[in-house]
Amino acid sequence: MSILEAIFQPGWVDTALKVGIIVVKILVLIAVVMFHVAYATYFERKVIGRMQVRMGPMEVGPHGLLQPIADMLKLFFKEDIIPEKADKPIFYIAPIISLASAMSALAVIPFYKDFMVANINIGLLFVLAMSSLASYGIVLSGWASNSKYAFLGGLRSSAQVISYEIALGLSLVGVMMMSGSLNLNEIVKAQAAYPTGFYAIPQILGFFVFVVAAIAETNRAPFDLPEAESELVAGYFVEYSGMRFALFYAAEYIGMILMGCIASACYLGGWTVPWYLIKILPFLKYVPGIVWFVGKVYFIVFCYYWIRATLPRYRYDQLMSIGWKLLIPLALLNILITGILKVIF
Amino acid sequence: MVEAFFIYFALMVVFCSVMVVSRKNPVHSVLWMLVMFFHVAGLYLMLNAEFLAATQIIVYAGAILVLFLFVIMLLNLKEEIATEHSVGGWPGGLALAVSFLLFALLAFTGFTVKASGKWSIQEVSRLTHTKALGKVLYTEYLFPFEVASVILLVAIVGAVVLAKKKLKS
Repeated sequence: MSILEAIFQPGWVDTALKVGIIVVKILVLIAVVMFHVAYATYFERKVIGRMQVRMGPMEVGPHGLLQPIADMLKLFFKEDIIPEKADKPIFYIAPIISLASAMSALAVIPFYKDFMVANINIGLLFVLAMSSLASYGIVLSGWASNSKYAFLGGLRSSAQVISYEIALGLSLVGVMMMSGSLNLNEIVKAQAAYPTGFYAIPQILGFFVFVVAAIAETNRAPFDLPEAESELVAGYFVEYSGMRFALFYAAEYIGMILMGCIASACYLGGWTVPWYLIKILPFLKYVPGIVWFVGKVYFIVFCYYWIRATLPRYRYDQLMSIGWKLLIPLALLNILITGILKVIF
Repeated sequence: MVEAFFIYFALMVVFCSVMVVSRKNPVHSVLWMLVMFFHVAGLYLMLNAEFLAATQIIVYAGAILVLFLFVIMLLNLKEEIATEHSVGGWPGGLALAVSFLLFALLAFTGFTVKASGKWSIQEVSRLTHTKALGKVLYTEYLFPFEVASVILLVAIVGAVVLAKKKLKS
């Protein structure tokens, strides 16, 4: 069957409609996520400002509410500087790889009942695959910049991301075992049917490992060694300016939001509320699921800022020993316990 | 439609492989290899092997290729970039490849399609590929699976021993 026949066969209107719906979903998702990225920066500056007894941004608009828009305009109009000795094609591709890998993982996140861009059976594996690609953007930008600071930042980061990816994947195995599925939609449904209503309680060990590994995976404080200002100026993206810098910035924040989404869907019950809460406060069942989901994501993102404002940066050898000697054994122990409990009950 | 996708993936795999061996800069080679792994994953998806496709990306693209990149960067092959192609003696290689192609073509003509067994496409998609693969791997093929894992364990222990030896001296 040729391509033309395939397109003009009787069902092609259906196919076109399906593709159209997916495209609309993608556009809505990208718009909403980019808006969230812009205001996540504002939220971060406000939260950290308050924790350090400052006001945070106050100048642009009431309470500084227009600050992200001003920042965006500034980044748009800044000169795009490319180092002369840089490897140009890779220098161009690196931020795009970072952003694309972070964004494509959002496709399988169930924002509320059955609403996701792609309802695939291997949802959780797809997220892990995409987050494993994020290290390319970092390591390639570090190499292509042809700068020692950027290179050191890139090397540090690739070692860090590879180490913590293992802990991240292993911590999610407990959730996979309990729900018996890799589909995030099914995982949320399995949690709603579970006695506690969410997996964070039986999977407390896995949840702890996941949260720590997620912070390291997204290169956030206290594990932000790839961009440690006092040692490496800005790490892997030190040579980037203007829009390309903004792409890295957006990728980092999308990564944070993505980890919040996974934590929400895999450990905190996603769009559902525990049944006992509805029993106590019956009006809660009128709250739409998206509000619960987004609220849980905001909470996780707030915790990121909270941790950043509270903890000092780790030393590099400490970072590695936490990853290999603490988190991975804990995650394996969690799998063992989950397996034993699953056999008994 | 399916054929069009297959032709695209197959041609891209061949094209990317040629690019991998013909680039002068090893980092560019690694990037072409990354593109190739994605297309191989696409071929797996067309075979309804979604679990294999995901592990292809996670293991090969996410871990092994990053290690390649890591080694290339640590060795800092900036000087090598200026040198000629890393592939010497390509006529011999081409002859070998063509003879292998002929061999494969001859072998494939001997293939006949038998009646499908227990794991038909419908059965696999009903169970989901991950579950089906797990069931087969941990029941029918448990022994080879365990042997493979022991071999991998030996390699890990060997790597640790080698690394420790260097530290002492």
